[in-house]
Amino acid sequence: MRKTLLYSALILLSALFIAPFYWTFMTAIKNTADLYQFPPVFWPSEWHWENFAAAWNKQPFGTYLTNSVIVVVFSTIGQLISSSLVAYGFARFRFPGRDPLFIVLLATMMIPWDVKMIPLYMEFNMLGWINTLKPLIVPAYFADAFFVFLLRQYIMTVPMEIDEAARMDGANAFDIYWRIHLPLMMPALVLVGTFHFMNAWNDYLGPLIFLNDQSKYTLTLGLSMFKGLHEVDVTSIAAITVILCLPPLALFFIAQRYIMDGAVGSSVKG
Amino acid sequence: MDMTYAGAEAKVARRKRSAIARYAAPYLFISPWILGFLFFTLGPLVFSLTMSFYDWPVVGERTFVGLDNYRSMLFDDPQFWESLWITVKFAAIYVPFNIIMSFLLALMLHNITFASGFFRTAFYLPSVISGVALVTIWSWIYSKEYGLLNFMLSLVGIDGPNWLGDPNLAIVAIIIASLWGLGGTMLILLTGLKAIPKELYEAATVSGVPGWAQMLFITLPMLGPMLLFTFITSIISAFQQLTIALLLTKGGPLGSTYFFAMYIYDNAFKYFDMGYAAAGSWVMFIIVLALSLGVMRWSAAWVYYEGEVRQNDGEGHA
Repeated sequence: MRKTLLYSALILLSALFIAPFYWTFMTAIKNTADLYQFPPVFWPSEWHWENFAAAWNKQPFGTYLTNSVIVVVFSTIGQLISSSLVAYGFARFRFPGRDPLFIVLLATMMIPWDVKMIPLYMEFNMLGWINTLKPLIVPAYFADAFFVFLLRQYIMTVPMEIDEAARMDGANAFDIYWRIHLPLMMPALVLVGTFHFMNAWNDYLGPLIFLNDQSKYTLTLGLSMFKGLHEVDVTSIAAITVILCLPPLALFFIAQRYIMDGAVGSSVKG
Repeated sequence: MDMTYAGAEAKVARRKRSAIARYAAPYLFISPWILGFLFFTLGPLVFSLTMSFYDWPVVGERTFVGLDNYRSMLFDDPQFWESLWITVKFAAIYVPFNIIMSFLLALMLHNITFASGFFRTAFYLPSVISGVALVTIWSWIYSKEYGLLNFMLSLVGIDGPNWLGDPNLAIVAIIIASLWGLGGTMLILLTGLKAIPKELYEAATVSGVPGWAQMLFITLPMLGPMLLFTFITSIISAFQQLTIALLLTKGGPLGSTYFFAMYIYDNAFKYFDMGYAAAGSWVMFIIVLALSLGVMRWSAAWVYYEGEVRQNDGEGHA
């Protein structure tokens, strides 16, 4: 009885979280006549798959896609390398200043982005990086605090004896990182890679501030331009929204096990 | 003779070099973060603090004005107070709702086994997509004539309002759209619930402790660190609220969703008054910092750290 109630509530609530996705997809695929019906059409009379191609061709989305992919691929590589190196440094060494530095690292997670937004713009402006993809890629090579924290917690669960055995065999610190910890960290790295991919792919404010030319736009920026350009072109907006959602959703389903296994939560415990 | 001497010297030199390497190694490993911290965090912080004392246009003369930016913001700029008030209102509703709803959902998911993966995924799904996509989706849910929401309301006989066109409702609409992304918070709390040892509940049940008391004296205290974490991150994200308002309502109608972050953004990138905008961002930083510290101090009363006994768990060797 209690379970029935619980499940009914869950079904109802989860519908609230899924329905908008369904609605967006249906909006993308409807014909114009179905679009402006009241009551709304929940199952389209005709399926217009060509809406996707039509929307894609209304702006240079091919260029946007290329830009998004460049940003995502190169920044993810940087994030994985730098965060794992730093995490290993904090987890496996004892050195003067380690604990205060780690506290500083944790504290940086609490700084609102707005405070850094303006000086970063000026900084990148001085470097001549405005209107290039560099501001969206280069910072990822300098380790993100949250990911460092997450990976450090993970490394600390590995018994120290493994490191010592390797050292006996003549391995140096980098060998131990490269040959032992990196492979062992794989599940956590999948998690970091997934989160970073999503952040980079979904980022809107970064591209908005650092990019000017349409030829440099990423997909999120292109989609937001749609709203200004064709206020009424609901079908195209929906179609691009669906396309924009697909990669993160697909990645999420692939990496789901790692995300749901709670690496997120266990890292928070400190 | 000479040969042996040279050999011994080389040995000493090698040992010295490896000692330096051993000493430097940890710093080499963490150097990416240290450099990033200097160039992308500390540098910008100092830079923006400096800028806030200047009249600093993007191009042209910059002049030192002392505290003038702060003074005119606090005393001559009604928009500062209005946008701050809107943000505080938003945070005051969003933060508790975000945590309570995430907690209730996590609690429900914690109590089921069948299809729990499906439900977890369903609630987390909106957190996976871009803010831009989220906004587009919600913009037609809220549409007055063809919107999903007003259709639902019409089913129960309510004539749906113009959600995004009514100054009183637009902020509610933004709160609802933001709460749609509570999946991350829920997941953190769910992991926290799963980490609570079952023996505690078993012992309590055996001793005849009722369910509500178990909730009050086991679940909530054990979940303390997680609740604190989500509390602080929710406050920070509430104050940073920009994407949704920028795209869904553009601050309107009648400035009713003109958030503080948008006020800073406009000063910087619309009026190109970088010094004034930097001053605004420092005001936000100080408010967020004060709130976070306040919450942390207050939390000492209710957060229980299980790990407190075992300090220095990061035993390391150089």
